[in-house]
Amino acid sequence: MKFNYYPGCTLKTKAKELDAFGRKSLEALGVDFEEIKEWQCCGAVYPVAKDEVATKLSAVRTLAMAKENGGKVLTLCSACHNVLKRVNNDMKTDENMRLKANNYLALEEPYLGESEVIHYLELLRDYVGFDKIKAAVVNPLKGVKIGAYYGCLLLRPNSTMAFDNPENPTIIEDFIKAIGATPVVYAFRNECCGAYVSTTNNELAKKKSSAVIASAKDEGAEMLVTACPLCMYNLRQNGGGEIEVKYFTELLATALGVNN
Amino acid sequence: MNSKEQVKIIKERSGTDASKCMKCGKCSGRCPAYNEMDIKPHQFVSMIEKGEIEKLLNCKAIYNCLSCFACVERCPRNVAPAAIIEAVRQEVIRMQGGNYINSEEIPQIVDEQIPQQLLVSMYRKFNK
Repeated sequence: MKFNYYPGCTLKTKAKELDAFGRKSLEALGVDFEEIKEWQCCGAVYPVAKDEVATKLSAVRTLAMAKENGGKVLTLCSACHNVLKRVNNDMKTDENMRLKANNYLALEEPYLGESEVIHYLELLRDYVGFDKIKAAVVNPLKGVKIGAYYGCLLLRPNSTMAFDNPENPTIIEDFIKAIGATPVVYAFRNECCGAYVSTTNNELAKKKSSAVIASAKDEGAEMLVTACPLCMYNLRQNGGGEIEVKYFTELLATALGVNN
Repeated sequence: MNSKEQVKIIKERSGTDASKCMKCGKCSGRCPAYNEMDIKPHQFVSMIEKGEIEKLLNCKAIYNCLSCFACVERCPRNVAPAAIIEAVRQEVIRMQGGNYINSEEIPQIVDEQIPQQLLVSMYRKFNK
């Protein structure tokens, strides 16, 4: 099975390590993947308003391109995943969006939401399996206490994202166990980091990010992992710096011995 | 356009049915930006239902909502307060002169680490 990998704009620039460690780990795990040719920016935020069509079109183009190649879209950035999965759901279920997008794009064959959007963590859980990852680990991260930071975008809205239990998720903790480390469960793991108000209302972003860090620290976490470059930025820049924050792919690559 | 029509358009744009609200307040109880919301999520739901549009169009909350969807997740009646807030925000930023961000100020707040994703999100949410 081939996965159509969608890196997105930030993984090509400020979050290169999220991408590079992700690729190396997939190779080490024997996952067949290929970057989607000529992918376009997902739009960064899902346009919630029902009368927004144009802002969803670049996501539809990517989804339609992947359809030509087996239809499995593999995402890594939480924001790209949220946008692509929700736009795909619109193309499956919203007649108005479907009609307008197809009229405008005039593809050879109308796109009706046939592709499937799969996050890297879902691939690890559902296609590779955490047991297999555990068996492939050469450098277990023994004794490291790691807090999973889910944030918002992977989990909500659950009616569309169906990623994990939105109030009490376990997928990243299961990942942490698979690489030999110790997961630390803390109250703020699915709270917002402050998102895009970081520049317009920095005080609010600081409040939100530092609350996440404080909650993790209280439970004894030595490190946080995330899949989102925006969460990473907020937690590092606005969180007070008391706990190290890393992309989960870096830890995966370290455990698999391919982090060089 | 009179305000009745404007309310109708905002409701349609939100794609959610505010009349289903049973006023339990869980949405506001869960809101991570609660203290910064001069109009709380549950108030958006009741005010749009009552047609109190002027206050909504002039509030600060539309710029502090983080679109984290926590309110949507907790609603036992399947109402989406975040979608109503978004529909009002769109109404404001689509007006002439409605942009919230002054692009000339951006270079001063951009640091080395800022991800592209943040800048694009910010423009998508606050400007047209």
